Amino acid sequence: MQASLVRVMLLQLITVYLAHPDRLCGASSIVNRVRSILSGAILTGAALSLAGCGALNRGFLFPAGPIAGAIRHEWIVVCFIMLFVIGPVLLLVPLVAWHYRLSNTRSAYRPQWGFSWSLEGLIWIPPSAIVVILAAFLWRDTHRLDPYKRLPGHALEIQAIAADWKWIFIYPEQGIASVNRLVIPAGRPVHLSLTSATVMQSILMPRLAGQIYAMAGMRTQLSLQADRSGRFLGENVQFNGMGFQNEKFAVDAMDGAEYAHWLAEMHAEPDRLGATEYETLTRRTTLPHPLAFGAVEPDLFDHVVMLAQKSGHALEVEKLPALPLPMAVSRDVPHDQGMPP
Amino acid sequence: MTGPTITGFLLGSLSWGALPFVRAWREPNISEIIGAGAGSIVVIGAVVTIALITWLQAWEYLWTQWFTSLDHKKIGIMYIVIALVMLSRALIEAVLIRSQQAAAINGPGFVEPGHFAQLFSTHGSIMIFFMAMPFLTGMVNYVVPLQIGARDMAFPYLNSVGLWLTAGGSGLMMASLVVGEFSTGGWSGYPPYTELNFSGGPGPDYWIWAITLASIGSTTAGINIACTIYKFRAPGMTFLRMPLFCWTAVCTAILMIFAMPPLTVATALLAADRYLGTHFFTDDLGGNMMNYVNLFWLFGHPEVYIVVLPSFGVYSEVVSAFSSKELYGYKSLVIATMAIGVLSFTVWLHHFFTMGQSADINAVFGIATMAIAIPTGVKIYDWIFTMFRGEVRFTPPMVLSLAFMVTFVLGGFTGVILATPPLNYMVHNTLFVVAHFHNMLIPGTLYGLLAGYMYWFPKAFGFRLNERLGWISAGCWITGFYLAFFPLYVLGASGMARRTHEVFDPAFRPWLYVALFGAFVLFTALVTLFVQLFVSIRDRHANMVAVGDPWDARGLEWSVAAPPPEWNFAVIPQVESRDAFYWRKRNREAYKPVDHYQDIELPKPSACGVIVGLSAAACGFGLVWRIWWLVALFGAVVVATVIIRSFLRDVTRTIPAAEVEAFDRRWLAQAHYAKPVSRQREMSRRNEGLAEWTA
Repeated sequence: MQASLVRVMLLQLITVYLAHPDRLCGASSIVNRVRSILSGAILTGAALSLAGCGALNRGFLFPAGPIAGAIRHEWIVVCFIMLFVIGPVLLLVPLVAWHYRLSNTRSAYRPQWGFSWSLEGLIWIPPSAIVVILAAFLWRDTHRLDPYKRLPGHALEIQAIAADWKWIFIYPEQGIASVNRLVIPAGRPVHLSLTSATVMQSILMPRLAGQIYAMAGMRTQLSLQADRSGRFLGENVQFNGMGFQNEKFAVDAMDGAEYAHWLAEMHAEPDRLGATEYETLTRRTTLPHPLAFGAVEPDLFDHVVMLAQKSGHALEVEKLPALPLPMAVSRDVPHDQGMPP
Repeated sequence: MTGPTITGFLLGSLSWGALPFVRAWREPNISEIIGAGAGSIVVIGAVVTIALITWLQAWEYLWTQWFTSLDHKKIGIMYIVIALVMLSRALIEAVLIRSQQAAAINGPGFVEPGHFAQLFSTHGSIMIFFMAMPFLTGMVNYVVPLQIGARDMAFPYLNSVGLWLTAGGSGLMMASLVVGEFSTGGWSGYPPYTELNFSGGPGPDYWIWAITLASIGSTTAGINIACTIYKFRAPGMTFLRMPLFCWTAVCTAILMIFAMPPLTVATALLAADRYLGTHFFTDDLGGNMMNYVNLFWLFGHPEVYIVVLPSFGVYSEVVSAFSSKELYGYKSLVIATMAIGVLSFTVWLHHFFTMGQSADINAVFGIATMAIAIPTGVKIYDWIFTMFRGEVRFTPPMVLSLAFMVTFVLGGFTGVILATPPLNYMVHNTLFVVAHFHNMLIPGTLYGLLAGYMYWFPKAFGFRLNERLGWISAGCWITGFYLAFFPLYVLGASGMARRTHEVFDPAFRPWLYVALFGAFVLFTALVTLFVQLFVSIRDRHANMVAVGDPWDARGLEWSVAAPPPEWNFAVIPQVESRDAFYWRKRNREAYKPVDHYQDIELPKPSACGVIVGLSAAACGFGLVWRIWWLVALFGAVVVATVIIRSFLRDVTRTIPAAEVEAFDRRWLAQAHYAKPVSRQREMSRRNEGLAEWTA
């Protein structure tokens, strides 16, 4: 709400300025023209940067959890340090080139000058020092933000299986499963174990946690947490075929009561995720809406990991008889802000 | 044999449905029609080219003077012609990719997902393997022997084989537009997606064989360049007297020799999986795609420096020449170049920080990656100090060089962000990465290659390129880049996945529109580049620089006529210092007749390179479509040609001393009568290629 208010105010300010440039300056027409071009550029720039904020609030720069928050903090640190590296170059290139242009007869010309120890020191030592500083931050934060590292607190265990073109989330302790919807309790750490029923995929929940690959026959891990309740985007970002763009899911962070209510609802779901349902799910299809299973075959996740190691005939499932699950390859799915309903 | 029918034997798995025209006829939607249109452009383009050559009766000329030539200069030019043709195709594909994403916000857009995936796969594969690589190989081929005072490359015949293998690979890429389809697995072709289980068609096979031909060609080019620089330098041309472009060339060559084989191995093993039923990278039976990913990036990261370093060399030459000043920090630049070469092999893992390895490993590779920023930064400062106390002229190559310095540093900035593993987890596989590597490769490779093209063009063809159009083109390349790729940083930081066919977030719309506009500006830049070439050829008589030194430049390549004679140097020059020609001019020793002309031995033209390259392409085509008789036939032709050629002893011809003398004296007379041109007027018609020697 606040962001949109600021946006409106800024735009109004610029419009007023654009409409009455003469109020601020009564100089010649050239100045006015330059001014109007400049304000046009400012308007476009401002509009774009505001639109940018509108887009950027989908990403980790507007974090909704401690991991994304820490990454955003590190981003700011890295950007700040890097200003000292790029700043001088961005200034020096145009300044030096322009000052020493051929037509400037007052600038010095020393065609045989080609070395200086002090300058060498200046271009080797400070950049090296900056890299050392960055390296220290990098070492600390890479360990601190290792996706495998568990967050403090009793984590909720969830197993994620990447299928073509959907995500299967199994809650082993609760004995339920959800497809294309990840529900997590807000304020409590979550520990994801991932594998793939198909090709390599990469899970990303931009406002919550970074990526980790899901690979067949292997188990990767990802820790995440949402600070507050809300709906966030989750997606596969590693291209995996024709339904890739539709492989998005909602991450619903719920507060305690709401989460408990959801669990109760899930337990009441009649469908059970067994071997045949799993095999149907792993067909190369997209889903029009999320699925819920009130019961799950025990150790399904481990079984999937082992299956790939043994035979893992990824396409043979195509030959199996279809179950009446709501599958669709059609893409006319209503979407709201990059997220399936 | 696949079936009992004779067609099955003759045509393998080929069928009518492989033709995009047939597909467009059966299913007339926009996506198929675009496919058929692209196929038609290839077919019509080929027919028109062949008809034109026939009409001009130029076949014999092309065959004897160009295709079979072993002259490093002609091979270099042919490499660059391939690069420009492929650049055009891949840039048009880029415009289509951007158009699709801009059009497909909560809608399917106008190309099918499969077609879209082919677009980004071919765009990447072409830009790396069939644009950047041939362009830089061609440039190195042309310039390095002239700069080190050699008459040709170390292995002229191998040079021709490399060229024609690249041409064959390009042919396969083009064939995929007309017959069948290309891979949808991206330029990196990660299995298991590219395995038979998931990509059953001929697409990944096209990718495998085109890339294999190109990578073998590049390996031979690397060997050739390295040997030339090690063994063929003129007397007195010590390593530390070589122009910096040669240093970057030798470093690139070393990288090619060591980095190309992992790629060849990776594609060969993937081919074994697809053709022989092995399980190197499959999901099951012990296969592991992580091995492919490691092998691929073991090639892939040095590859980045293979394509970037020659451009660094170009910038060193251009900035020094157009600042009329000695290169600042020559030894510093040499050390930085070699450091980059070594470090480039220690960072491949940063392409997959998210594969689940331990924090220790990620941190080590992240720090190694950031360490590369140090020598790279040093280079930028060296170029700035080269301009310092110089006389800078803003010619089109110089404008591109300046734009490079600013833009590349911004790319380095986002590179450090990506090198930091936790930040990488967030933007990996998003458009942020796409923006970053275009931010490195467009200024770091393309601007450099274009700057080199404009800088050495007068040397190669004897007339200057139109500067006005050069500026327009450079301006479009620069603004187009910023417009097309800076929005992608924002979108990537907002979590938009790369390679996505459809976008579900209306908030991304303005950024996608700006990026699309940028793509059009880049396309304009390409068109302007061709217009510049056309206008310059048309007006060539007014812009002749036959004496050969239009920019008062410094290396030995400027000490000969433009275009240089086939033998490059009437006598092999004796080198006394760095910037050899510069000092010769200042000491009044340039343009002096030779005391005693001698016969010169040069390699004879040979058709073997053409036969090997094109037969290998035919063999590749046979493999794609499982036409086994074609594979056997042309495979045998390749092997036989190589063996037969190795028995040939009569492979050189002699240019008589009289011919050399006549050419040289004619050129010296030209130089004698030419009016020296000052720096202020080097972009005017007064420039005859003889520079005024002030200071």
